[in-house]
Amino acid sequence: MLAQLNYWAALPEIVILAAASLILLIDLFVPDERRYITYWLTQLALLFAICVTLTTLRLQSIKGYHGMVIDDMLADFLRIACFIAVSLMLFYSRAYMIARGLFRGDVFVLTLFALLGMQVMITGNNFLTLYLGLELMSLSLYALVAAQRDHPRGAEASMKYFVLGALASGMLLYGLSMIYGTTGSLDLDTVAKAIYGRHESTLLLTFGLVFVVSGLAFKLAVVPYHMWVPDVYDGAPTSMTVLIGTAPKIAAFAMTLRILSGAMQGAAFDWQGMLIVLCVLSMVLGNLIAIAQANLKRMLAYSTIANMGYMLLGFLTANRYGFSAAMFYTIAYALTSLASFGMIMLLSREGFESDRLDDFKGLNQRSPWWAFIMLLVMFSLAGLPPTLGFYAKFMVIESAINEGFVWLAVIAVVTSLIGAFYYLRVVKLMYFDEPRETAPIVVRGDTTVALSVNGLLLLVLGVLPQQLIGLCAIALTQSNFP
Amino acid sequence: MTPYLSLAIWVPIVAGVVVLGFSRDRDAGFARWVALIGAVAGFLVTIPLYLYFDTTTSAMQFVEYANWIPRFDIHYHLGVDGISVLFVLLNSFVTVLVVWAGWEVITMRVAQYMAAFLIMSGLMNAVFAALDGILFYLVFEAMLIPMYLIIGAWGGPNRVYAALKFFLYTIFGSLLMLVALIYLYSVSESFEILEWYKVPLEMSTQILLWVAFFLAFAVKVPMWPVHTWLPDAHVEAPTGGSVVLAAITLKIGAYGFVRFILPIVPDASRYLSGFVITLSLIAIVYIGFVAIVQADMKKLVAYSSISHMGFVTLGFFLFSQLGIEGGLAQMLSHGFVSAAMFLCIGVMYDRVHSRQIDAYGGVVNTMPKFAAFMMLFAMANAGLPGTSGFVGEFLVILASVKVNFWLGFAAAISLILGAAYTLWMYKRVIFGEVANENVAKMRDIGSREFWLLGVVALAVLTMGVWPKPFIDVMHASVANLLTVVSQSKL
Repeated sequence: MLAQLNYWAALPEIVILAAASLILLIDLFVPDERRYITYWLTQLALLFAICVTLTTLRLQSIKGYHGMVIDDMLADFLRIACFIAVSLMLFYSRAYMIARGLFRGDVFVLTLFALLGMQVMITGNNFLTLYLGLELMSLSLYALVAAQRDHPRGAEASMKYFVLGALASGMLLYGLSMIYGTTGSLDLDTVAKAIYGRHESTLLLTFGLVFVVSGLAFKLAVVPYHMWVPDVYDGAPTSMTVLIGTAPKIAAFAMTLRILSGAMQGAAFDWQGMLIVLCVLSMVLGNLIAIAQANLKRMLAYSTIANMGYMLLGFLTANRYGFSAAMFYTIAYALTSLASFGMIMLLSREGFESDRLDDFKGLNQRSPWWAFIMLLVMFSLAGLPPTLGFYAKFMVIESAINEGFVWLAVIAVVTSLIGAFYYLRVVKLMYFDEPRETAPIVVRGDTTVALSVNGLLLLVLGVLPQQLIGLCAIALTQSNFP
Repeated sequence: MTPYLSLAIWVPIVAGVVVLGFSRDRDAGFARWVALIGAVAGFLVTIPLYLYFDTTTSAMQFVEYANWIPRFDIHYHLGVDGISVLFVLLNSFVTVLVVWAGWEVITMRVAQYMAAFLIMSGLMNAVFAALDGILFYLVFEAMLIPMYLIIGAWGGPNRVYAALKFFLYTIFGSLLMLVALIYLYSVSESFEILEWYKVPLEMSTQILLWVAFFLAFAVKVPMWPVHTWLPDAHVEAPTGGSVVLAAITLKIGAYGFVRFILPIVPDASRYLSGFVITLSLIAIVYIGFVAIVQADMKKLVAYSSISHMGFVTLGFFLFSQLGIEGGLAQMLSHGFVSAAMFLCIGVMYDRVHSRQIDAYGGVVNTMPKFAAFMMLFAMANAGLPGTSGFVGEFLVILASVKVNFWLGFAAAISLILGAAYTLWMYKRVIFGEVANENVAKMRDIGSREFWLLGVVALAVLTMGVWPKPFIDVMHASVANLLTVVSQSKL
């Protein structure tokens, strides 16, 4: 019985769950001025989870809990990416959270629960598991957005996020129920077999697929399911924005991959068409609307939308190369996005958010090093060499062209030209304008190291991307995606 | 074997990063010296490329080959032939000039200024040496970043607009090239540029690829009508920026024509040659007229650059040995002459802080040594025999007369126009009575400026009097290029 359960398949999840519960308890006995104990315990838990995932790393995939979860290379790799993203987010936002009364035990515990939800989304092998993971993540995030209780904009953003998120979850669940109706199973492998074996395309299945894609598109934040993104990004405290904008994207990618390719590869022709529409709309609208933003967080929100559109460009080829390109894109985007929000928090002080574009004016004169890091971030988001973002765009465009979608590739490069315009504007503000204020930038030592390494990684991986490309390829070949 | 090409690329880049270590204002002196040492070292390592160059073969020389990204079969593949080797030397030489020219002039954020030029220099050497499509694209785009910062941070009053326009224009062209490169990879399973010379392609595909490449390189050259970024960028850029833009960056566009367009899509190139020749003639004649009426000296030289680059594209699309060699000679000569013209304008600008022609007059009375140098460069710009400017134009005109007399005639008009705009400007600025007290206060050039201009003058004269060493280097490679181009790929 125990052997069938395969506890080990979910070991990193068990670690995070135990850590979250333990930290919740310990936090009760920690006085306010010693809150850093909870903080470092959280970091320690993440480090321990990374080590556990690395030691249980193996090439063949195993299923656990009677097929409810799957532990394969893809899961291990994406889990580690999520751990690193959350850990960096904590490093960057420490000073920011202290200044805003967010340096609290419940925030760390909720963050860990959100992370647990993401892990379940990454490892789920059953519609129900995946859905549970999604809800665990979303509910924790709704609460985190409103963590600053006396902050009306945060509460508004949280409400908006909750209402629209619940709607999307409902759609996803509705779609899954229709697929259950046609295939008779919630297990991804059984559904995949049933769809491959079907004789004619059933209307109900396609109908269900539409709802599933809509629900997933909401979590990925692509047009036309993007309305929540700018408001939530803008209204949430920046430390929570970076949490929403990075690791959950990785988890949403994994869930999309598990559902659309793992279970519904047989209906690839149907969802390909839907993704093409989402992809083109996101690339065009995301980039166009971003131009008009004066608020950096809103601009980055639209940039997320556009970037998820580029990610879909790789995904919609529906083959292993495209998926590995999309995976590379998601990770590259998460890494770049982390650094961009890290920079915003770096320049923030108590009572000053530093989220307007103008707050970056003359940064080069205040600190050449941080201006350089931000320069790398902006060029990476724009997809210009020699940064990581270039290879991300290169890979998705390559997979699209290989699959015969040359016209999509042309749209992608033309919209990325529009993108270059607004990213360059930030560079212009930093390097060509006079600073508006001369207050010295005070940064904690650990934040300096983490953010500098993060920024330089964008350059180093932009010149030597081979290892990361290889990892993405291995993750997908060992996980038996078509 | 010493990896001379890697040295030519990495010595300036490493020097640039080191210079950034002296970012504090009180270290500006160190920054200058480190930059100069880096630039001179960068030039010295390129000299063996000329000394050990084998002129009898058209094969790639000094080849370096290493795996880079095996998943996409991308290699760190470097090599030069007779077409590209001289531009590596020219680029490294100009970098020394630029560092030297900015010595006392740049006082604000010296380290960043010098570092931007050194890094840019290494990247441009990589453009000329790259034999892998993605490596080429990578450095082709990456070099926009330092240039964008140079124009925007150290430029004139309208620098932000000019920098943005420069960036968006060039990136617009090159993004479609990325699609073309990936398409070629999907047909040939390789990113080797030399492999692409052998891939058979249908006519309709060739034309689409041609358009994608043409947009990238025509913007860079720049050809009429996508030239409008150049006058803005030149006018607003600091002297060093203008020199590098005119002397090297424009050459990269023209280099793309011979490295990519002609050999990879030869049938489309022949089919569309009339189109390119027409655009080139418009550039030569119409832009020549536009140059005459300019009131701003930098703008005038910018338009004269467009007109001169028209000769280059004209020469390339005549598909003859004379035409292509003429085009390449014109590129080299223009590298020296335009650099010299911008340096001269910079010398005057440093004293009077105006680029307007009517702010000057009678400069010869206060700056006789300078006037003599500028005379030489103005003559070279007008294509006077005995200067480097003559060689390329003469060869191209000769090649066009062989194709069609009236074509040659139209191209030859440029000699008259060139003389008109350059010498008329020279007359108004240099000759006559001392126009105002600003001019009266001008000091003649010091020893730094004397040697700066002297070195360029020597190069201009050598190439004008004895062009054989330059042309000989190109000969075998150009002949080979023509054989490749003459074979249909259909």
